[in-house]
Amino acid sequence: MEFHIASSTEEICSLLAEDPTREILAGGTDFMVEVNFRQKDPSAVIAIDRVPELKQWRHDGDAVSIGSCVTYREIERGPLSTIVPALAQSARTVGSPQIRNIATIGGNLGTASPAGDMIPVLLALDARVTIRSINGSRDVAIDDLITGVKETSLADNEFIEVIKVPILKGPQEFLKVGPRNAMVISIASLAMVTDPEQTTIAIALGSVTAAPSRAREAEEYIQGFLDWDAMTVSSSALPDFRRLVGEASSPINDHRSSAAYRTHAVGVLGQRALLRIFESRDDG
Amino acid sequence: MDKDKRSTGYSLSVNDTSHEISKSWLGESLLYVLREKLGLYGSKNACEQGECGSCSVLMDGVLVCSCLVLAANATGRDIKTIESISDDDSLTDVQKAFVDAGAIQCGFCTPGLLITIHDFLETNPEPNVLEIREAISGNLCRCTGYGRIVEAVQIVSKQKSVGQGGSDDSS
Amino acid sequence: MTVVKETVGIRQSGIGVSAVRPDAQEKVKGDFIFSSDLSSEGMLWGQTLRSPHASAKILSIDISDALSISGVHAVLTADDVPGENIFGLERADQPVLADDFIRYAGEPVAIVAADHPEVARKAADAIRVEYEIFSPLIDSYAAITAEAIHPEGNVIRHLNILHGDTEVVGDVVVEGEYEVGMQDQAFMGTESGMAIPSPDGGIDLQISTQWLHSDQEQVATALNIPMEMVRVTLAGVGGAFGGREDVSMHVHLCMLALHTGKPVKMIYDRNESFLGHVHRHPARIWYRHHASSEGRLVKVEAKVILDGGAYASTTSAVLANACCFSIGPYSVPNASVEGWGVRTNNPPCGAMRGFGNVQTCFGVEAQMDKLAKELSLDPVEFRLANALKSGDTIITGQKITGTAPVREVLMSLANHPLPEPPSDNILERPGGTGRTTDGSHVKRGVGFAASIKNLMFSEGFDDFSEARCIVNDGFIAIQTACVEVGQGFVTLVHQIVQEILGIEKVDILPADTSIGSAGSTSASRQSWMSGGAVMKACEAVVDSLISDLSNEQGITFERIGTVLVAPDGSASIPVTDALQGRNYDETVVHRHAPTVPLDKNGQGDAHVSFAFAAHRAVVDVDEELGLVRVVEIATSQDVGRVLNPIQARGQIEGGITQGLGLAILEEIVLVDGKIQNANFTDYLLPTAMDTPTIEIAALIEEPEPNAPFGAKGIGEPPVISSTPAVVAAIRDATGLDLNRVPIRPEDIALG
Repeated sequence: MEFHIASSTEEICSLLAEDPTREILAGGTDFMVEVNFRQKDPSAVIAIDRVPELKQWRHDGDAVSIGSCVTYREIERGPLSTIVPALAQSARTVGSPQIRNIATIGGNLGTASPAGDMIPVLLALDARVTIRSINGSRDVAIDDLITGVKETSLADNEFIEVIKVPILKGPQEFLKVGPRNAMVISIASLAMVTDPEQTTIAIALGSVTAAPSRAREAEEYIQGFLDWDAMTVSSSALPDFRRLVGEASSPINDHRSSAAYRTHAVGVLGQRALLRIFESRDDG
Repeated sequence: MDKDKRSTGYSLSVNDTSHEISKSWLGESLLYVLREKLGLYGSKNACEQGECGSCSVLMDGVLVCSCLVLAANATGRDIKTIESISDDDSLTDVQKAFVDAGAIQCGFCTPGLLITIHDFLETNPEPNVLEIREAISGNLCRCTGYGRIVEAVQIVSKQKSVGQGGSDDSS
Repeated sequence: MTVVKETVGIRQSGIGVSAVRPDAQEKVKGDFIFSSDLSSEGMLWGQTLRSPHASAKILSIDISDALSISGVHAVLTADDVPGENIFGLERADQPVLADDFIRYAGEPVAIVAADHPEVARKAADAIRVEYEIFSPLIDSYAAITAEAIHPEGNVIRHLNILHGDTEVVGDVVVEGEYEVGMQDQAFMGTESGMAIPSPDGGIDLQISTQWLHSDQEQVATALNIPMEMVRVTLAGVGGAFGGREDVSMHVHLCMLALHTGKPVKMIYDRNESFLGHVHRHPARIWYRHHASSEGRLVKVEAKVILDGGAYASTTSAVLANACCFSIGPYSVPNASVEGWGVRTNNPPCGAMRGFGNVQTCFGVEAQMDKLAKELSLDPVEFRLANALKSGDTIITGQKITGTAPVREVLMSLANHPLPEPPSDNILERPGGTGRTTDGSHVKRGVGFAASIKNLMFSEGFDDFSEARCIVNDGFIAIQTACVEVGQGFVTLVHQIVQEILGIEKVDILPADTSIGSAGSTSASRQSWMSGGAVMKACEAVVDSLISDLSNEQGITFERIGTVLVAPDGSASIPVTDALQGRNYDETVVHRHAPTVPLDKNGQGDAHVSFAFAAHRAVVDVDEELGLVRVVEIATSQDVGRVLNPIQARGQIEGGITQGLGLAILEEIVLVDGKIQNANFTDYLLPTAMDTPTIEIAALIEEPEPNAPFGAKGIGEPPVISSTPAVVAAIRDATGLDLNRVPIRPEDIALG
């Protein structure tokens, strides 16, 4: 067997360059489930969770650059929780305290599950992911990184190094529906982030599309009804807004839930998130 | 024998004792090694996917599910299991509270819960009920319904606050 | 009477105190040995190959590749079963290893022993089985008349209960159809055990189970060795709830150990555990209730279909319970109930805490609420007006000769204060940390339900338990084969010895088959049966002691409490002192009063005793999203006598939580007979954030005649009416019918 504990990002690059079949291990909370359930039988592993640069985050202009091995716990509890509140909210809903202590933001992206809870928030915030290899770095958007159900555009010799998350000056929300109050895979989720200075609103959906998706039609539609100075929204726009959010989803029926419910739920979440950020006003 | 999958060995520090682990499968979890190689059966396997918390241990002081830790990657880290939290016949305040509050039935979830609660009370010694429930939300119990477990935590918390000269309010 | 909330175990003595568990220290230290913790020198690991198909014929099995893997010691199939390739709890209808037909997805086909669990799994994967796949029979209603999927036919049992005038009609008639999904026991400690071959050709089996002697019998038959050569010892059990009553890996382990000549250990992982034990019977129930316009029940008609899955297990008894108690804890002069327990290619179903009463309770309590509404009566008042009482006759014609404080249970619960209105904390609303729900989205609902459970086994089963009390120079040892699954029987043993002999220190010997059967740890029976046996064994020791003292001193003492007192009061000596330096060894067998089978009209004194409970649930519902937060469940329960307040509380809280699970969380999802969610990610057990405050309004103590200490079993009632109470509360909040459990968010949001 081959097991490497990387101590630097350069080392990860060269190990992957030598042998791209070597598998990356960060927090292990997805990796080990696959191993334990015999869906994965690793023969060469590179543990990257001790590389100092990957475990740190820093301010980076109007953004924070978060190392890919920063844990959910740090995002949920530390200073990041006030800098990117919706990300902290999503982190808190994942798994259990035990999971959150070692699961990583890079892992959530790398696993690329449609139900990955941080993904809608990162997408809505227009986060950029730095992908690194022996050939250098490249920056991609979330929906260029994650291309389908558990599919990423990562080449075998690449790994996720940093996630750069814009800091928006405005209210942001993350709502997640699950049939249980803890340790639950989302059956529908929604991230909504706003920037009153830029007058932008972004909405991303979780668990209702194969690949990460923005509800762009709903975003464009509702802009016409928002008063950014007063932070209000016209109540007459809500039914269509809700419908458009639902239409941005293309959910499936599975053993967790039905497509009909998911479409419905995501519309409800959209309306509720909107009304937490904007006060409803009656326009004649 | 699939030679590729067998390890050349690594060392683990568990409960302040160093162990040399050899003849491993690469995919072996820390939970498996603790139990079947080191004979530390206190950590339990009830799901092997991080959904039950019965395998909880402390790794460098951090609460984790040992079933989700690749054993080889636990090298160089300080692992503490249920066997280490009290010596000989003595019990910690949390263990004693569990006993007194009737928080144990079959006992399978008990070690994982004790590790979780010891860790939790370190940083949150006077929690409210909601905080307690969220702290143990990663530990499944099928026997007790959690009522006596929450009570045990409250007993310890009250003892701590009384011990520190705090007022004897019920939380 | 109400129970005082005791939380700190001050060491007092005897029955009725919150004595501390004797195994508590080991369990909190992590030293307690569960069956998965067993180990033996030279031990091999076992693994089972299971059918992926729900219905198939085995055309061929090729084990050559598996055998050639280094480290593999044995690969066995049906042909290697030494004795009869058949076993079963009520009837032997299930193969140890499938030989021709596969009848459920997960059915064991072959077993492997190897020197490492990973090697064993790889070997199991390397076994090549050729199947001819059939379309599975998955509809329980269709199964009644469908082509037989088993030589014994598809109808495991069909019964009728006809009581009184079945033609009468009420002024008010309410009909309904209800469905209960498949719940799983989901005990934390998965199936595990170890078999060690012994030089005499016999086998030592250490295993987690519920009934040592039933296992022993089935293993001996399959191995074709005398029963006394199968020595079964109880290993630490991580919960059971009915899921360990049937044989699982027992014969497999023994076969592998005998074949290889080495100890063999096996542990099912969680996925395999779901496949490896029986589940709660899914049910389809139709009711038609008739009442007078004054609000008295006139007649109840019911049809019940239980899906027993591929093999019979305890379907027959579960059906009997479901039907006998389909009326609920109410007095009804006329009834017509018909029930079928059927075979399908779904996973086998059998015992789960509540055992049939759970399924019909869900339906009948919904009916009672519907009727109350039709009659414009308060649901609790309506139940009170119809409540059973001691001396009443149930629909099987049996008169309740024991206690039946149904009214007291209902009234004490109804009078219990309701909880505070919802707080302004988003985390305490439906959705929790998902933060889905604002205060304006919440509607609160309250619901009641009541239940009846028959204690012990029924229909003429000769149930008994054997216990032994050994005195060795004043030191006490108790031996029974009673299985401790976490319920606290071991504590009760100490309390009984304290109560009768006044002695604190008791050595409880390992539970094994060297003593006679204690019966199953199920049916809320062990306190009565094995507790009763221990009590009698201790009393037998006292009798012998009194006899000896009489011979020595000419005084015939009487036992008063834990003291022997001369009839004229001239002398007294504590039992514990009198036992010093003496040796006794008393074994007794304890039986309850006999019962009889039901006749063709479902009539007969088939049950031993009845326990009653009621539950009140308070829920907050987010109707738009269909999310439910259970705020509080309160209960009153008829217990006869509280043996140990803290343990009683534990049983009640744990049982209620399982009832909550069935109401809104737990279901084995099947597609064409295959389990889709055999893991804890998708089989959702309540976490600490899902369980509410549980309030005990009252534990009604009317001592049950003939029950040791007057105590009724308490394990099952909490699981029975808690589910319908939660559903009633959700109906109250939403106005929806909700005829199926578990309720999913879409049932409310899109309902």
